[in-house]
Amino acid sequence: MRPGTPAVASAAVTEPAEPPLIHASSLTKRFDDFTAVDGIDFEVRRGEAFGFLGANGAGKSSTMRMIGCVSERTDGELQVLGLDPRGHGTDIRGRIGVVPQEDNLDTELTVWDNLLIYGRYFDLPRDVIRRRAEELLEFAQLTERKHDRVDPLSGGMKRRLTIARALMNRPELILLDEPTTGLDPQARHLLWERLYQLKREGATLVLTTHYLDEAEQLCDRLVIMDRARIVAAGSPRALIDAHATREVVELRFATSDARDDAALALEQDAAGARVEALAERVLVYTDDTDHTMGRVDALITPPASVLVRRSTLEDVYLMITGRTLDE
Amino acid sequence: MTATDRPERRSPHVPATAGRITPIGLLGRRPVAIIERNFLAYRRMWALFLTGFLEPLLYLGSIGVGVGALVGGVQLASGHTVPYEVFVAPGLFAVAAMNGAIMDTTFGFFVKFKYGKTYDAMLSTPLGVADVAIGEVTWAVLRGAVYALAFLVAMVAFGLVESWWAVLALPIAMLIAYAFAGAGLAASTFMRSFVDFDFISLALVPLFLFSATFFPLERYPEWLAAVVRITPLYQGVSLTRAVVLGDLHWGLLAPVTYLVVMGTVGLRIAARRLGTLLQP
Repeated sequence: MRPGTPAVASAAVTEPAEPPLIHASSLTKRFDDFTAVDGIDFEVRRGEAFGFLGANGAGKSSTMRMIGCVSERTDGELQVLGLDPRGHGTDIRGRIGVVPQEDNLDTELTVWDNLLIYGRYFDLPRDVIRRRAEELLEFAQLTERKHDRVDPLSGGMKRRLTIARALMNRPELILLDEPTTGLDPQARHLLWERLYQLKREGATLVLTTHYLDEAEQLCDRLVIMDRARIVAAGSPRALIDAHATREVVELRFATSDARDDAALALEQDAAGARVEALAERVLVYTDDTDHTMGRVDALITPPASVLVRRSTLEDVYLMITGRTLDE
Repeated sequence: MTATDRPERRSPHVPATAGRITPIGLLGRRPVAIIERNFLAYRRMWALFLTGFLEPLLYLGSIGVGVGALVGGVQLASGHTVPYEVFVAPGLFAVAAMNGAIMDTTFGFFVKFKYGKTYDAMLSTPLGVADVAIGEVTWAVLRGAVYALAFLVAMVAFGLVESWWAVLALPIAMLIAYAFAGAGLAASTFMRSFVDFDFISLALVPLFLFSATFFPLERYPEWLAAVVRITPLYQGVSLTRAVVLGDLHWGLLAPVTYLVVMGTVGLRIAARRLGTLLQP
């Protein structure tokens, strides 16, 4: 036996059964003096839905572009499907599906031709393309619009077609950059439905969003990005447990003066673990709602409305970054 | 070009396809997809396709035949005298090839680049910037060749072709198209808005009028003739005229080289610029 063979064998045994689909460490992207992504670490495993949550300009899209091999990293390490985008861009792009933030369907072509030609970009055989295109039109609920041009389609339809197009090459990994931004609530729910279906079928999804409900609904694990860095990571539940209290008391006031006075009083009374004064409400984070409500009742100017609710990712985001996502 | 498109070892998952800058004719499979895309698009815009061919044909009908009736023959440098319409037809043939090439690589390119984000979509697939540049230029060369072929048929029908060497006009048309497609695509990557395209018109109109298209070079003032001799369309016009009139000589290798270099330099600049713009 050659020396070294047993070591290799034992190393293979101790390694996890499957390497991550994406591995990034100290991943950095700089444009001249501007740092878009500042040394982030994360891993995406096969079969999970992984989210990047953050405000506009937090570095989500730059990260996605590096994963999608259309933007070269400045520093750090990145592996996608076990390959380095440097030198393997073509191979990786052949095995992933990309749903960009901005619709870039081919407006000079019909719905059908959009799918057809996209398949050709992957150099797939024509009979395979036709078969898949039929299936994907069904999936995207666009079979009836097959021969229409793309322009007259609604925003939701265009998004569904963009997703269908991204599935033409049977990707091992699907990248979705703000998949539901700009859609009305009904179109969003329909789109989520399609994404759940993909997830159930075992697809690995990586998505960016600045909608907290979307992250909470779709993501198994997520990272919160703020100013080019990852500031928190975990499952939605774990993040809420770790960073927020069990419940939140939300108070609205008739005037901003009343709001400021109340926030100050609640803070001094230690009404909860943390008191946040926002543009139009005061949030009291608490693990003892009875105690907090007692303090609220004692306020000189009572609030116009009181809402007690469980903590959400929105609260986690606020706790960590000190801002709300829509600010 | 960005590092994502460097020569690379291929994994077994993806069939190896040529993606480097290859000479036309040795196209990889991937740029061919872009030609297919343009074909699909023009299936529904065929009327647009016709315009580039009709314009030089109308010039041939009006100026060639009309002015021809007034001026009679044109004496060439070789001493040979030919009817005016025979003289002007090769010039307009070269213009047809140029028009065919320039439209899709300038205006057509910019619409897809800026408003359609068509190339962003292409680049998220295995296609790279070199594939895009090669595909678009090849498409433009094919379009130029189609226009030139139609124009050549018209010339034969009008009895304006004097030599069997005229069959060489077709590859020459492709050479003219290649040169202008490469240069046009490169120039378009520097355009910021549609207003900038006025500069392209500003360059094309004098080329159209002063490339010995309508008059022999000997009629131009000395200084203007010297300028014309180094402009690109003149190379195409003089090559076409030489083959259509059966006046072949080794000196024609100079304009051939000129057009090949122009197209190739343009193609390379275009691919590099596309990388800078689309894969920052």
